[in-house]
Amino acid sequence: MIHISKRVDFTLFKGRAAGLNRFVGWGVRLIAVLLSLVVSGLLIYAITRLNPLKVYGVMANGVFGTPRRTWAWLRDLALLLCISVGLAPAFKMRFWNIGAEGQVLVGGIATAACMIFLGSTSIPSVLLLVIMACAAMAAGAVWGVVPAVFKAKWNTNETLFTLMMNYIAIQLTLFFIPKWEHPKGSNTVGLINAVTNRGWITPIVSADAISKMDPNAWTTALVKNTVGQSYFINLLIVLVITVCMYFYLCRSKHGYEIAVVGQSENTARYAAMNVKKVIIRSMTLSGAICGLGGFLAVAGADHTISTATAGGRGFVAIIVAWLAKFNTFVMVLISAMLVFLEKGAVAIASEFSLSNDVSNIITGIILFFILGSEFFINYEIKFSKRSGKGA
Amino acid sequence: MKKFLAIILCLVMVLALIACNREESKPDKPDESKNTEEASKPDTNPNPDLKIGVILVGDENEGYTAAHIEGFKEAIKNLGLSEDQVTWKYVIHENAECYDTAIDLVDKGCKIIFSNSYGHQSYMVQAAQENPDVVFCPATGDTANVCGLPNVVNLFPFTYESRYVSGVVAGMKLKELMDAGTVTDPYVGYVGAYPYAEVVSGYTAFFLGIKSIVPEAHMDVMYTSSWFDLNKENETAKALMARGCVIIGQHADSTGAPSAVEAALAEGKVAYSVGYNIDMLKVAPTAALTSAQNNWSVLYTAVLKDFLDGKTMAHDYTAGYNDNGVMISALGASCAPGTAEKVEEVIAAIKDGSLHVFDINTFTVDGKKVESNVYDFSTWNADYTAIQYEGEKIETISDGYFHESVYRSAPYFDLRIDGITELTDTN
Repeated sequence: MIHISKRVDFTLFKGRAAGLNRFVGWGVRLIAVLLSLVVSGLLIYAITRLNPLKVYGVMANGVFGTPRRTWAWLRDLALLLCISVGLAPAFKMRFWNIGAEGQVLVGGIATAACMIFLGSTSIPSVLLLVIMACAAMAAGAVWGVVPAVFKAKWNTNETLFTLMMNYIAIQLTLFFIPKWEHPKGSNTVGLINAVTNRGWITPIVSADAISKMDPNAWTTALVKNTVGQSYFINLLIVLVITVCMYFYLCRSKHGYEIAVVGQSENTARYAAMNVKKVIIRSMTLSGAICGLGGFLAVAGADHTISTATAGGRGFVAIIVAWLAKFNTFVMVLISAMLVFLEKGAVAIASEFSLSNDVSNIITGIILFFILGSEFFINYEIKFSKRSGKGA
Repeated sequence: MKKFLAIILCLVMVLALIACNREESKPDKPDESKNTEEASKPDTNPNPDLKIGVILVGDENEGYTAAHIEGFKEAIKNLGLSEDQVTWKYVIHENAECYDTAIDLVDKGCKIIFSNSYGHQSYMVQAAQENPDVVFCPATGDTANVCGLPNVVNLFPFTYESRYVSGVVAGMKLKELMDAGTVTDPYVGYVGAYPYAEVVSGYTAFFLGIKSIVPEAHMDVMYTSSWFDLNKENETAKALMARGCVIIGQHADSTGAPSAVEAALAEGKVAYSVGYNIDMLKVAPTAALTSAQNNWSVLYTAVLKDFLDGKTMAHDYTAGYNDNGVMISALGASCAPGTAEKVEEVIAAIKDGSLHVFDINTFTVDGKKVESNVYDFSTWNADYTAIQYEGEKIETISDGYFHESVYRSAPYFDLRIDGITELTDTN
């Protein structure tokens, strides 16, 4: 017989201090990652007959091989982290916001609309970017607050509601693409403002300015690889949000209210907290940050809008937020790892002339193991011996 | 303890696996080198260090991309290059993923990078701007000659020629059916992807081919809003047949339409299919007449040859029947008698210049002959309020015919001629 029961306190090694067991939890997760790599390795071996170690070398090279690749990794990391951080207040409140994908998309739509229709006006570039970011946050906030209002007023199921909002956002994107298609009839929006680069997040220090600096000085290299990169701003914005969100959740009155509402609405009410207000306020914030993610995706990375703008990140972010137990600093590590795995898997597929679908399979295997490990951390399996030998 | 043991056991298994792999990978190697030797047989490799990147919108399971892969492999073989020099990027969507992929190929050391779908173009141009020492070749693209970058190259075959010939095949069948009295209304249907110049040029050429045999033919065009959608193409073909269409042509990449026609034919309906890109006889052995095809190897060979020779790259590469750049697939068993001879005659006429697909005497717009058509090759900005790339304004009609794919490789014939009705969602 097998008994599955929830662990009260994680104890892999009986009789050890609780502090050690926390590290053991991380150890189990690490083992899960390693095991997933082994299984992926087996899969790759089955397809390519190549040494898995070499394959993982390819993976690392595919992500960190050149500065440009590293920056692409940082850019995707920043985007995933932004959405995960956006989910944190909602999830901590036990409000299951499955709608990040849609919130990112509407943020992206708002950004793209500003780029297209304000791009040919004479608004200064910085102001244009600010307008775009505000529009994106407003759009995301609306997408987040609608289910929150329904939850607060009529106690609707937020999981289904936010999920459905995703489909509306996807349909909305499909509605706008033919309206904004470029050129006419192509059914793709293409690069927006490809020549003028209006509404694009550009490096703080331009390439021209860097070329005028002393090429041998170490500062030039530093500038070139930090503020000289257009994705640097994405990263900076997201890191600021991450730090702010940490303190908002852990050190502010609002954060405390969120935690209490999450633990027990009745307790919150008993403590004279306005639960409805907390729900609506937190979801507005959550949606706005996810909307900002849409801004970063469109203005800071893709420069176009398509249904792939969110690219499933809204769902991956749920995993990130969950694994990190809503700690925004742990989210940095987890999103870094997930983006590494995703990019590495694409590198493997390309190196060995496999379809990108293989990279999806590998990412799937890895996620399966990571999520599976949570089961062993949270639940205990006991094999109880049967009384009497034989049947 | 048990868990500890399990973990250790796992690790042992892993290590054993890795050890095994090292041994097993050895016998593989001689095979590989044999293959490369065979591949480079035709000639000595002109540039063994060259790395080439190919970005594909689909993979070998999709007809359009399959034709590109086949063509590219042949071009590589023609030039004596090795397939090891090519990095293939499959299923790259027409969004920023294309830019990332192109940049990654540059980092990999590729000096010439191809992409095969129209939507890849703007991202290829973006990458070209940042990497002036690498040549970017978005196939089917249309901005190389206006974007002002010397390292952008467009390629597009004279697909309208093979479409015209496939139209002749369909026209022969239609005539046979009408002569036999099976069909009274020469009604043609066309499954199009988007109302885009490439599609308009293609269906017009197809229709003119049919009209050259059956002058009273008329055609409806329905759009699927996708280049590749098996179900939608299937449904669209069914809808067209329900309207009474007896010939179903297509500018969409799947086998959806031919299989719908084959099924209808099996149920006793009179309908035949003309495909695109791939031979449809496999999915529609009785309904498929032929498919218009592109021989991409000709263009890929031409571009790569100029590149290898260190020549200044042209902005546009084209090839028609005269250069073997287009063709139709093997004629199906259902084709009317005499089709093969007629096809040969038409191809010969196209080759020697006595037949022009867009001869202005063969079509009218609003009941009038079109004597002049000035096409503006400029492209517009995002909200269509200003010019993005300034292009020339060129008279496309001279010597009694519309000069398609001459001033730019990508088709620009976008006149809506009489006899063709575009059915959109609104009507």
